[in-house]
Amino acid sequence: MNVDRIVRRVLGGYVVVALGFVFVPIAISFVFSFNEGRFPILPIERFSTVWYEAIWNEAPVTRAFRSSIVVGVSAAFVSTFIGFAAAYTDFRYRFLGKSVYLALALLPPTIPVLILGLVMLMFLGRVSLVGELHSVILAHVVYCTPFAMALIRLRLSQMDPDLERAAWNLGANDWRAMRDVILPFTLPAILAALFLTAAVSFDEFMIAFFVGGVNETLPVRVLNMMQGQVSPRINAVGSFVFAISMTLVILAQIFLLTRRGAGRAGTPGPLWGRKAG
Amino acid sequence: MTDALLVLDRLTKRFDGREAVSDVSLEIAQGEFVALMGPSGCGKTTTLRMIAGLETPSAGEIRLDGARLDERKPWERDTPMVWQSLALFPYLSVLKNVEFGLKMRKVAARERRRRAMSWLEQVGIAGYANRDIAQLSGGERQRVALARALVTEPRILLLDEPLSALDAHLRVRMQSEITRLQRRLGITFVYVTHNQSEAFAMASRVAIMNEGRIQQVAAPREVYRAPANRFVAEFVGTNNIVEGRIRSATGTQVIVATAHGDFTAAMPAGRALAPGDAVNLVVGADRVTMPARAEAHANAISGTVIGEEFVGSVVTLHLDVGGGAVFRVQKQAHALDDVAIAPGQTLRASWRAEDTYVLPE
Repeated sequence: MNVDRIVRRVLGGYVVVALGFVFVPIAISFVFSFNEGRFPILPIERFSTVWYEAIWNEAPVTRAFRSSIVVGVSAAFVSTFIGFAAAYTDFRYRFLGKSVYLALALLPPTIPVLILGLVMLMFLGRVSLVGELHSVILAHVVYCTPFAMALIRLRLSQMDPDLERAAWNLGANDWRAMRDVILPFTLPAILAALFLTAAVSFDEFMIAFFVGGVNETLPVRVLNMMQGQVSPRINAVGSFVFAISMTLVILAQIFLLTRRGAGRAGTPGPLWGRKAG
Repeated sequence: MTDALLVLDRLTKRFDGREAVSDVSLEIAQGEFVALMGPSGCGKTTTLRMIAGLETPSAGEIRLDGARLDERKPWERDTPMVWQSLALFPYLSVLKNVEFGLKMRKVAARERRRRAMSWLEQVGIAGYANRDIAQLSGGERQRVALARALVTEPRILLLDEPLSALDAHLRVRMQSEITRLQRRLGITFVYVTHNQSEAFAMASRVAIMNEGRIQQVAAPREVYRAPANRFVAEFVGTNNIVEGRIRSATGTQVIVATAHGDFTAAMPAGRALAPGDAVNLVVGADRVTMPARAEAHANAISGTVIGEEFVGSVVTLHLDVGGGAVFRVQKQAHALDDVAIAPGQTLRASWRAEDTYVLPE
């Protein structure tokens, strides 16, 4: 009994320390983003949103923010579409070299982003696609697609393959079965993939830095700001980026955890319903 | 049968060089209830899936009303199926599940609803129309699957072990409900099962398959009393099979010498058996009388009781008759009330010559 309690406390303490290690720096950055003083010294001088106002009025930051939004949204839609197609191919067909196909399709996130960024720069430079916003979108699609594919593949693996056949059997052709069976069943994973890939793209720094040229995304802007001078504005931008990424990831989690399989088409599952109001 | 609705003509299916279905030919008439029965891997489900278009035959043809069915896409066939997994759409309500086939045929929403509701009533679950599939019990899901398949009023319904997930009690109830439904509708049912009692209870004809081939197609009673070969005799019911050679043959009777003595059997119709021919004798376990009344029955065998099985009101005794052979005797439990039977006891069992069936091959 006693030993059990000690073990439980030690393990509980370990969890607190581990989570603290992860979140304290972020929390500190967040706290100091509201500090009026220039220097990150406790106690905080005075609560203020002056640094947020500063970045709001700083053209390069707002431009980078807009770029990040455009890149994130575009990359999310394109990579989710490709990811869905790739996952469905895996679900539906058996073909020679399928394991190679799967390995290659899921490979990009395992390549160090530094390498990926460099080779993307070289390749896109060759085909004259470098230095534009769409270069970043292209490179991010390459990087994000495997995440979308993995999520949608997981959902499809939970589907009784007879469902699609049952739809054919009841008179649905390939496209109707896709629309009326596959899509409704995978919808939670598709939404999760959209949000997760948006978050991945929004956070991604290295590839965007290499292929974007003068088109900065928000993380690239943060780095460039730091190279200039250490300013509490960085805390503000950082907190802002963190808030957006976390929101996207949490949304993705919500869709993943929604047991929509038990729900009904047209009426969203309970978590989604709460979220959508 | 010239008025066959569905014809399977030398149907063959190969998977990676292995033949799952070999040369299967079967004619099914309008309104028939045919069961495809056999052990797992015998090709019965593959045959059914070829009818539905989920597998493409490697050779042979399928015809519905004389027209080639196997060249059509699955969604152009109108051969709805009740799946072993049921394959109900989990994100749709009961009603929407049943409406699915009508929606694919572009039936207007109001008409769709009316027809789906009427089928839900026919299978007795109209009250559950707006429920989620997850809220239903196994038996209720079964009914949804039936209604969903029947809603388009097809000429033929395919059923792939639809009752295998149900408990024994519910299974028997659904068997009789499905049989009644089939009689009332007059729709042709093709029913795949590995369960002999299910096939015999429901079907008007049974096709027994093994290793991709049809072994026998006949009415259940005939399959039971006159199995076409050793496989059918072993697969169906509790038959005792005794190997032997013809000792003597008259016009109507043969005497067969076996390791357990000489047995008398009726001469099989249409065969000329001569002394020395090797034959297999089949004795239905339920045709054996015990204790033996040797004077009444032509054939008798002695053995030691090594086991006793109760299934409901039926008792099966296992007798060790020597040479490693086990002879089974099946009795109504009440018939053994007055007989004390203990393991190790020696018993004598007997049966009539008419109940000794000579296997054709």
